[in-house]
Amino acid sequence: MATLQDRFNINSQLEHLQAKYIGTGHADLSRFEWAVNIHRDSYASYIGHHPILSYFALAENESIGRVKYSMTQKMLLPCGVPPEKEEEI
Amino acid sequence: MDEREQAVRSKMQSYTAPKSVTGDLPTEDGEDESGFKRPGRITDREDDYRRRRLQRMLSPSRNDAFAMGDKTPDSSVRTYADVMRDQQLARERDNTMQNIADKLRKEEEERELDARPTKASGVQLPPPPAQLPPPAAKSAASGEKRRNRWDQSNGNADTKKARVLEWDAPEATPAVARWDATPARPDEFGATPGRAASRWDATPTPGRTGTEATPRRNRWDDATPTPGRVDPGATPGWAPGETPAVGATPAGKRGRSRWDETPVGVGMGGGATPMMGQTPMMGMTPAMTPMGGMDMPTPSPSSLPKVPLTAEQYQTMRMEREIEERNRFLSDEELDSMLPTEGYKVLEPPAGYAPIRTPARKLMGTPTPIGGTPLYHVPEEEHGQTFDVPTQLEGLPELKPEDHQYFGKLLKEVEDEQLTVEEMKERKIMKLLLKVKNGTPPQRKSALRQLTDKAREFGAGPLFNQILPLLMSPTLEDQERHLLVKVIDRILYKLDELVRPFVHKILVVIEPLLIDEDYYARVEGREIIANLSKAAGLATMIAAMRPDIDNIDEYVRNTTARAFSVVASALGIPALLPFLKAVCQSKKSWQARHTGIKIVQQIAILMGCAVLPHLKSMVDIIKHGLTDDNQKVKTITALTVSALAEAASPYGIESFDDVLEPLWKGIRLLRGKVLAAFLKAIGCIIPLMDAMYASYYTKEVMVVLVREFQTPDEEMKKIVLKVVQQCVATEGVEPTYVRAEILPEFFRSFWVRRMALDRRNYRALVETTVELANKVGCADILGRIVEDLKDESEPYRRMVMETIDKVVRDLGTADVDARLEELLIDGILYAFQEQVSDDANVMLNGFGTVVNSLKMRAKPYLPQICGTIKWRLNNKSAKIRQQAADLIARIAVVMKACDEEKLLGHLGVVLYEYLGEEYPEVLGSILGALKSIVNVIGMTKMTPPIKDLLPRLTPILKNRHEKVQENCIDLVGRIADRGAEFVPAREWMRICFELLEMLKAHKKGIRRATVNTFGYIAKAIGPQDVLVTLLNNLKVQERQNRVCTTVAIAIVAETCSPFTVLPALMNEYKVPELNVQNGVLKALSFLFEYIGEMGKDYIYAVSPLLEDALMDRDLVHRQTASSVVQHMALGVAGLGCEDALTHLLNYVWPNIFETSPHVVNAVMGAVDGCRLAIGPAIILNYLLQGLFHPARKVREVYWRLYNSLYIGAQDALVACYPRLENDGINPYARQELEIFI
Repeated sequence: MATLQDRFNINSQLEHLQAKYIGTGHADLSRFEWAVNIHRDSYASYIGHHPILSYFALAENESIGRVKYSMTQKMLLPCGVPPEKEEEI
Repeated sequence: MDEREQAVRSKMQSYTAPKSVTGDLPTEDGEDESGFKRPGRITDREDDYRRRRLQRMLSPSRNDAFAMGDKTPDSSVRTYADVMRDQQLARERDNTMQNIADKLRKEEEERELDARPTKASGVQLPPPPAQLPPPAAKSAASGEKRRNRWDQSNGNADTKKARVLEWDAPEATPAVARWDATPARPDEFGATPGRAASRWDATPTPGRTGTEATPRRNRWDDATPTPGRVDPGATPGWAPGETPAVGATPAGKRGRSRWDETPVGVGMGGGATPMMGQTPMMGMTPAMTPMGGMDMPTPSPSSLPKVPLTAEQYQTMRMEREIEERNRFLSDEELDSMLPTEGYKVLEPPAGYAPIRTPARKLMGTPTPIGGTPLYHVPEEEHGQTFDVPTQLEGLPELKPEDHQYFGKLLKEVEDEQLTVEEMKERKIMKLLLKVKNGTPPQRKSALRQLTDKAREFGAGPLFNQILPLLMSPTLEDQERHLLVKVIDRILYKLDELVRPFVHKILVVIEPLLIDEDYYARVEGREIIANLSKAAGLATMIAAMRPDIDNIDEYVRNTTARAFSVVASALGIPALLPFLKAVCQSKKSWQARHTGIKIVQQIAILMGCAVLPHLKSMVDIIKHGLTDDNQKVKTITALTVSALAEAASPYGIESFDDVLEPLWKGIRLLRGKVLAAFLKAIGCIIPLMDAMYASYYTKEVMVVLVREFQTPDEEMKKIVLKVVQQCVATEGVEPTYVRAEILPEFFRSFWVRRMALDRRNYRALVETTVELANKVGCADILGRIVEDLKDESEPYRRMVMETIDKVVRDLGTADVDARLEELLIDGILYAFQEQVSDDANVMLNGFGTVVNSLKMRAKPYLPQICGTIKWRLNNKSAKIRQQAADLIARIAVVMKACDEEKLLGHLGVVLYEYLGEEYPEVLGSILGALKSIVNVIGMTKMTPPIKDLLPRLTPILKNRHEKVQENCIDLVGRIADRGAEFVPAREWMRICFELLEMLKAHKKGIRRATVNTFGYIAKAIGPQDVLVTLLNNLKVQERQNRVCTTVAIAIVAETCSPFTVLPALMNEYKVPELNVQNGVLKALSFLFEYIGEMGKDYIYAVSPLLEDALMDRDLVHRQTASSVVQHMALGVAGLGCEDALTHLLNYVWPNIFETSPHVVNAVMGAVDGCRLAIGPAIILNYLLQGLFHPARKVREVYWRLYNSLYIGAQDALVACYPRLENDGINPYARQELEIFI
């Protein structure tokens, strides 16, 4: 991927640095993986912003705790089972 | 003071040490040449003690008891029992030798007494030898017992041979000791216990056979080299203790005994590794004793077929030859050709004249020098042996001359098919090691990886048998050792339990690292031993090191103790405690106890407060050592207690309860070194106690301490000082007690001139005195030493001054009364005036500290001080002038505080007059002094007036000396900042031109001060003129100069508001010149960085310029413009400039595909800046176009940008991700966001 020149320049560490964060992507990321990241980020964000959480709870007629719990659960497999590898290729 | 006295005094000032002494001062030559230490051989920097590592032997590999299971180890393998027996033997041998030596000495003394009968009257004769049962009997007995095959005299070797073979028949189990099997029979050894009878004395190590001319025929001499043994590696150096009679039974005795296996076997491959300590041993036929063999001329290299000399030997010989050649006597023909024929007469030598030629040289001299002139020496052709030509093997790094003995095999051309598997492996390892040792970094890296990966395949034996001898090589360099140690470290991980048989060998090589002077070598050594103990396990480590614990050699015991402490830290202290307990109570030898206790000491030093959980048990293990019979054991025990106390501080006093009593008894009874150690222990324990006990014990110990104040022993002095310091620092000790009991004696014994001469004593004494002052107050101490400021020894005065400096800095001068104050100033003035040495800092600091601490009280003395300063500013010696100026800088603040402005002004005028100073160091100090005066009295009151002062400074700005530049620019900057109005604008412009030159300065501080000064000047006289100067400077070629100019422009813009600068700056962009345009952009970049949110008013103004720059063909234009955008965006984030920034972002965006790293950096920065200013949503929308682009190159760039966006604004992105549709299999939609009430 990276040329020889790239390997020694000042930006060589940038990608390495970025890769340390979960949720960052790369050129070979599939649609599914990206979507999973988006979903997890979204749930984390909803849970972190109480007003949004209470809004969802009101709309679904559930307690806030229940909504929070179900969202945490959904973070496990937010987009279902990953597709077979062949599909990508 | 009469005239004569004054004359003497004035002369005294110029008295210094003679040139010959000062010239001899060690300078760190070589190091300051390039700033890097040149790689040096380790042996060159080692002292004799450390060099003893080379005398250690790599013992044969040992039995791995774990791998054997229940089987009896086969006889060829050395087991723990064997090693222990050898050790025992060595110790007994040592004892015997000691006894013999004692006896001989006694006899000698007796003989002397007998020879002088007059003295015998009233003097009882020592008992005759027959009445000396212990040594004599013991030596006989042990001689008998230890009689074994290497002790037989050489004369009847043949007759003994049969028997030798008999005993050496392979034994069933190694438990049947060969040594003990010797039948008792009358022998020469017992009968003639004299030194000559023993071979040990004559030839302690085989390596030394060469240097000591042994008159006896050595059996090595007899050996006819068998074909198998011609190979240099094949004659390993065995230490005598284990040297078998190889020579006597030349070849074909393979199965004879375990000892003989290796020497006859293949070169380096055998289980035994040769001892490397002595170079000549390698590569020498047994019959040859080259260096010391005085009775035969050294053969020239060519006459020794197939026996390669080591590199050193070869070099030495060549050097010798060359010296001979150059210093040879001139022949008649040569003299004729050199001297003119006329005017000279050839005289006959006197009748009795015989030329003296040094016989040694003659013997050593080569019969005929090879080739004529040594310079053009062409060695005779040799087969398979080259000396000077750097050997280059294909794909391998260069061989150094000293590498030949290890890697020589690689030089031989061999067919792969002819080699056995083992040989192939050996060659492979050799090649890899050579690459690691001498190769380039990539070669080294790949070789290291291969060695690591294939470690188990190669096996531990072949690997270590090659690595370890290399590490013992006397020519090893630091870097090479580091690399080889790294190899060991890596393969340790891979080999794991396979290393067990080699543990001791590895330790022999690694232990010396633990006492290396280089910190990193020590750390490296610790790491290896820690890894080794994890790989081999505790039992193996103990088994390997146990025999060394009571080795007769102190070096071995010392390093072993250190290694054990590392094992303890790696495997945990509790695991080692039972073993340590046993060792420390060993009845067999005091050495074992000593080493055991030393291990505890080393553990304490190594692990620090981590010993706390085990403190009690560790103290219990060693406590009996305090009452041991042996002095050395006592000493080390006391030192260990102090190490433990120091490590545990401030906790754990309860663990030391048991040792307090013996320590107490000890300090009353003991004397000398042991007492010093005991005192040290107590000194370390007292700070752990609570106040009441500490006070009690301090009083107890002080009696002894005070007595020891007078000791002449340096070590004792240091310890006493340290203990006093520790005792006094504890809480419970009362000031009154210290004042009454300690101070008088302390000052009488320690405050003497001699203490100032040794650096370490000096430090210790100053520290202790400061500690005493902390307890009893400043005035007490000052009162005692203040008189000494007038002492005649300068080092002593300096020590007094440093103490006063520290005490006053810590405690102030509140309790100093008027009389003392007077004495103090008087003394300081005297000391200041009398100093002649180079290091003036101590005196200056002391003077400054005292005067500053006295504050208002210093007022009466200021006229006198200023008088002195004025007088000294006029001195002939530059150093004295400099000190005087430096002193002004230090006391200016106090003078202001004492309302001595008139005096200050006067000093200002004096300094002004000295601005013509020619020594730059002095000029720098004078400028510094002026600066401090200007700072305290202000611009308006300054004398000389600023308008006179500044024009005088302008030419000084041209001075290229760093100290002058720095002080001058500081002063000018100060004036420009505070008093610019006193100087006409024309003068400031002139200064501006001078300042441009200063932008070239090497020191960053000067450049920064210069740039700031531009700002002040621009503020003072308006930016236009300054700006013109600066913009013109953008045209210069030098990059650093341009960069500094752009910074200056930006600063001018910041201080005078951007609108005064921007029009001219943007106008300058029209100049069709690359450097100027880039300079303008760079200035804009700094400008927007500095002005921050002020930039929002100027964005629209500079946008067209940036558009142009971002579309320029030149890469640097786009790069710099991008960084302008970045700084601009960061400055105006949240201030409503989104429209302009979006517009600029559109120009920046196409540059994301650039590949030059600096451009990539700048563009990423610009995009990041825009993320902040215009929000992540817009950037995300830009990015969505390319995240799943068919071209990978595009996707890579886009994902990189996405990642930095994501990391910067993860939460905010949730709201703006694209809507995803379910694809029938996976639910992709985020339904929650569709909820609507």
